[in-house]
Amino acid sequence: MTSIRSSGVATTARPRAGEDPVLSSPLDSRLRGNERIKAARTFLLRHPGIVRLGAVVVILLVWEIAARFFMDPMFISPPSRVFASLGRVLHTAGVPDALQLTFFELAVGFAIAVAIGLPLGLAIGLQPFARRSLMPIVLLVYGMPKITILPLFILFFGIGPESKIAFGVAHGVFPIIITIVAGVQNLKPILLVSARSMGASRWQMLRWVIFPHMIPSFFAGMRLGMSGVLLGVLLAELYVSTAGIGYFTTMFTENFQPTKLFGLIAMLAAMAIALNEMVRRAEHRFNRWR
Amino acid sequence: MARRREAMQRLASRAVQIGFLLALSALWYAATNFWGVNHLLLPNPAAVFHELVEVLRTGQFLPDLRVTATEFVAALALATTSGMLVGFFVSRSRYWIAVFEPLFAGLYSIPIILLLPLYVLFFGLGPASKIALGTTISFFPIVLSTIAGFGNVERTLVTAARSMGASDYQLFRYVLVPAALPVILTGLRMGFTVALLSILGSETIASLAGLGHHIVQLAEDMEMARMFAYIAFVVAITVLLNGLVSHLEARGRRRG
Repeated sequence: MTSIRSSGVATTARPRAGEDPVLSSPLDSRLRGNERIKAARTFLLRHPGIVRLGAVVVILLVWEIAARFFMDPMFISPPSRVFASLGRVLHTAGVPDALQLTFFELAVGFAIAVAIGLPLGLAIGLQPFARRSLMPIVLLVYGMPKITILPLFILFFGIGPESKIAFGVAHGVFPIIITIVAGVQNLKPILLVSARSMGASRWQMLRWVIFPHMIPSFFAGMRLGMSGVLLGVLLAELYVSTAGIGYFTTMFTENFQPTKLFGLIAMLAAMAIALNEMVRRAEHRFNRWR
Repeated sequence: MARRREAMQRLASRAVQIGFLLALSALWYAATNFWGVNHLLLPNPAAVFHELVEVLRTGQFLPDLRVTATEFVAALALATTSGMLVGFFVSRSRYWIAVFEPLFAGLYSIPIILLLPLYVLFFGLGPASKIALGTTISFFPIVLSTIAGFGNVERTLVTAARSMGASDYQLFRYVLVPAALPVILTGLRMGFTVALLSILGSETIASLAGLGHHIVQLAEDMEMARMFAYIAFVVAITVLLNGLVSHLEARGRRRG
């Protein structure tokens, strides 16, 4: 958050640049001011990122003012108070455990989704017949709103972490399969043919031709799978939960504690962004060899 | 010869698909009828079919369907107008694209379903919170694709049209829109899918009416056969809608 704050100073300083109180002559000051405004303009035109941060700051300011002076404190609380209370939210009994539990569900769900999706995707993608006969089924199940069968997951797996993991896997595994199949389809046939004509065994083909060329789609699939698992786990958590973050969001909502609710949501959003960024960084790193 | 082989292969893959579905149903039937799986966990397919016919015949799904459909249409309309307007105006300058596009893309990576408790707090348990959530979630793919579509129109096309004396309207109608349409259609399609998902999802999690709510209620009443029938009904509707949208998208692409 510090970067946003510091750039907020930079953007709010902009209009003030024109009226420097030290300069005595009004004409002189206006001339200088124009120059400064021009310089500031070219600077901002070169750095759109700062304007972007400025926009975020403006939104936060509007929110802050609205929440402080115009809205009912039962429903909304200003961002400054939310940030100040982050520590208190973390010290609410059970919240650290809940975050840990949700993180655990995410990690296990993601591991299972990759462990199922990767081999299945490769198997379906590498066999033209399997691809043509099974892909429509995969796409059908992928396009189906799985949220409608969430009550079934709860019935089968209980209201503990198992149902969240299972629901996360159900959301995450199909994007992985689909991306892997698409990746296999995009392999250049000439590579396969030349490897085979040089006498590569099946395993050698997998290890030295298919895997290296699958890395980009593998990571793309992982990223999509990760957001799928995240969505599934969060949906299941929000639906019914005895210990995870879903329990606390419900509790904070029902007790009209917007400060804590905002804090918890901000933490989860930060967690989601961090996870996304991790997979994206890994993707970028492994893509570089090409 | 080659054509016949292709036809044979297509037939074979159809056979596999149908066989898969038949095997699944057979397994389901056997599990409930012979292997003694508790019917509270997995109802008999015959009972489910019976309930489905019953639900369709009496038309008792209509009030819930109406609620869900209204929410869905409202959310999609709001997201489409706001997303396309914002996207169009942002895409008018490279600078504003550089400012706002990463902002929207970053926000898009947050699972917005997290805001559901907040929206329930603000807008209550009624349809308003569902519409708000559906709008927020489907806004991002629509605005991003609109920016991408209008932002990447080839400059040569625009310059050529201008030098031939096209007015602003003509430029928009005959150059910008046809060039951007395929990308925008992709975004609209994604917006459609996520709006449907988020509305059914928020109905499932916290609501008073709607198809998602009805399914949860049946689950809580342990009316499993009827619940399966409702699930099948909702899935059939979404599959139909998806097919319709794919068809429309393909048609729009051909014309654009």
